[in-house]
Amino acid sequence: MKKVLIIGATSAIAEATARLFAKRGDKLFLLARNTEKLTVIARDLKVRGAKEVFTGSFDALDMEAHAGLLDSAIAQMEGIDTVLIAHGTLPDQKNCEASAAETLSAMNINALSVISLLTHLGNVFEKQGAGSIAVISSVAGDRGRQSNYVYGAAKGTVSIFLQGLRHRLCKAGVHVLTVKPGFVDTPMTAEFPKGPLWAQPDQIASAIFKALEKKKSVIYTPGFWALIMLIVRLVPNWIFHKTKL
Amino acid sequence: MLISGWGRYPSIDAEVSQPRSLSEIKSDISGRDGFRGIARGQGRSYGDSSIANNIISTAHFSRFHDFDAKSGCLSCDAGVSISDILDVFVPKGWFPMVTPGTKYVSVGGAIASDVHGKNHHLVGTFCDHLYSFQIMVANGDVLNCSKSENRDLFIATCGGMGLTGIVLNATFYLQKIKSSFIDETTYKARNLKECFELFEVNAGADYSVAWVDCLQQGDNLGRSLFMLGKHNEQAGLRETSNSGPSIPFNFPNIALNKYSVRLFNQLYYSRVRSKMRERQVHYNPFFYPLDGIRNWNRLYGANGFVQYQFVLPKDAGLVGMTLILEKIAASGAGSFLSVLKAFGKANANLLSFPFEGYTLALDFKVNDKVLNLLNELDAIVSDYGGRVYLTKDARMSEQTFKKGYPKWEEFQKVREKYGAQGVFSSLQSKRLGLG
Ligand SMILES: Cc1cc2nc3c(=O)[nH]c(=O)nc-3n(C[C@H](O)[C@H](O)[C@H](O)COP(=O)(O)OP(=O)(O)OC[C@H]3O[C@@H](n4cnc5c(N)ncnc54)[C@H](O)[C@@H]3O)c2cc1C
Ligand SMILES: NC(=O)c1ccc[n+]([C@@H]2O[C@H](COP(=O)([O-])OP(=O)(O)OC[C@H]3O[C@@H](n4cnc5c(N)ncnc54)[C@H](OP(=O)(O)O)[C@@H]3O)[C@@H](O)[C@H]2O)c1
Repeated sequence: MKKVLIIGATSAIAEATARLFAKRGDKLFLLARNTEKLTVIARDLKVRGAKEVFTGSFDALDMEAHAGLLDSAIAQMEGIDTVLIAHGTLPDQKNCEASAAETLSAMNINALSVISLLTHLGNVFEKQGAGSIAVISSVAGDRGRQSNYVYGAAKGTVSIFLQGLRHRLCKAGVHVLTVKPGFVDTPMTAEFPKGPLWAQPDQIASAIFKALEKKKSVIYTPGFWALIMLIVRLVPNWIFHKTKL
Repeated sequence: MLISGWGRYPSIDAEVSQPRSLSEIKSDISGRDGFRGIARGQGRSYGDSSIANNIISTAHFSRFHDFDAKSGCLSCDAGVSISDILDVFVPKGWFPMVTPGTKYVSVGGAIASDVHGKNHHLVGTFCDHLYSFQIMVANGDVLNCSKSENRDLFIATCGGMGLTGIVLNATFYLQKIKSSFIDETTYKARNLKECFELFEVNAGADYSVAWVDCLQQGDNLGRSLFMLGKHNEQAGLRETSNSGPSIPFNFPNIALNKYSVRLFNQLYYSRVRSKMRERQVHYNPFFYPLDGIRNWNRLYGANGFVQYQFVLPKDAGLVGMTLILEKIAASGAGSFLSVLKAFGKANANLLSFPFEGYTLALDFKVNDKVLNLLNELDAIVSDYGGRVYLTKDARMSEQTFKKGYPKWEEFQKVREKYGAQGVFSSLQSKRLGLG
């Protein structure tokens, strides 16, 4: 049994992952913005075998409240072994290009709110000298692309922040996991036509679960994205700029 | 999107929506003009029951609500599958009261087909253990249904092939088990008569089923392996994974011919050496032998296949079944193993399939010759007072259906009352004259 905090627990990927924690009999604390949906999810996880399920209301953008929320969640669970940060939005690239406000808001939700949470959590985990911090970043953070670079910049920020945090916390025995999913069929991507590269949330969930058990640092999921992104990162600009990626 | 049932015949180009909330289902049904469609769970019905121009998938309705560990009463969304239930509840010592021969069916699909298992003779159908459900009807209202509340809608929806509305969630009972293993006893029956005798003698057995080799003729007609099972009491509640081989592509049309099927059946029968064999098996191979091979439906090639399942009344059983097996054997149409089961008493649901007697299910590759043969079989089934199972059907005629299911008019009245006519409709319901 582990004590697991899930932030953005109504996300499809987070919910699928929570089912695996529940099956193991974990104690769960779920934070999310939509409390109605959260209640339904909590009820499901309880039936699936979670030892206990706590819930709390959380707005990523209310960063002043983060530290208090985290402390109270950890207190109610009487400790913490694992945290999974999953919330996020997929901003419209064209709208962001037209408006600095849009761009900054996307950065706030996808990068700064995560950094705010991680700053506090980093200290908690460092102090206790154990546990796992898992964050859902994205393959989009590996290289800026014209079609999606605002989201990509936010995820890239998170990935680099996590690299540094891992470097710092490994001395304390704390495990930091960066999860880089490819295309996943979730509400976030409801509008996109789906093809063979698309994965279901439960595939991502079992990859996260295994990576936590094996204390991996960075995972691409499904695994073939490691190869795709290696190529995307290596392609020289003179070719890259000719693509519409 | 091109979509079909498990038999991959027929298929149509359909618009499939995957709502995530009640309001999304509601706007699918009533939010736009001209919705004419049907619910779909895991698409394990063989024919055209879950296909229509508009399809509402319950894939995202996959949450459990509540479980009472005293009574075994479970509430969950209609999109939860038997497989999900097994994953969560077998380790806790619970098992579905009734399970079909694949675990990849949704609770909604189990209700809509009022499915049966290998224990129908003792416990009846899935819906006989259903306490209540909630359904969204044509105008978007959500109604509670049970044997005492909205009873007319309850008995029309159980076995009603999705034609009354979208079942949202359900409350039903699980049975207590002490082990995830089954004590299995297999007998060899040399012919149909021996097989029927085994069913009679073992009428009190928890689970029973016979695998019949449909290519045998004469004295060997109905040669079969008769299997009994009961939940083991000691072996513990272990899980095993079921990820066996998968069929990655459609088999060439030639792969399943008279000779390959005959060989397979011979090997299957001779695998059991003695007249009787006892062993302990995990519940997966006992209940879900085909689930170990993912996409096994591709074995039948790109044109797909039909499954034919009928039931004959008890007194007509041996004579009628003999006649039908003779016809099939004479035709040489390559059916794999076929499954024979004994049914107990019928329930009150208007279109439920089972009634007291014997039921046989067989697969056929689709071609004109087979479709003709099935029409001839329909006539025999009708003559002997039998009926054909809707959830397997892709081709029966309106007359055959109406003769086999005499409560169809009452069913239509309930549909009328709840506004389902002209809203909930499948390729099958149109073919069968239900609109
Ligand atoms: C290998 C195999 C073995 C089988 N063995 C058996 C057996 O032993 N006994 C038996 O009885 N059946 C058996 N079946 C048939 C299967 O149990 C039924 O077809 C079942 O209904 C499939 O469930 P599904 O979720 O796949 O439903 P689908 O195939 O998606 O739909 C089947 C019907 O249910 C309706 N439906 C689905 N969800 C809802 C909902 N939420 N609300 C309203 N209507 C809904 C659909 O409209 C359709 O009419 C077997 C099938 C296979 C492939
Ligand atoms: N889907 C993909 O293809 C993909 C690919 C790579 C990475 N990712 C990442 O995976 C993570 C999970 O996303 P998903 O795919 O599972 O999509 P999802 O189901 O849409 O989840 C997104 C979650 O973020 C929450 N959220 C958004 N803004 C918030 C705010 N201001 N405060 C609190 N919560 C907020 C949403 O809450 P509500 O439920 O209240 O809306 C929702 O639970 C995200 O970080 C995403 O960037 C997704």
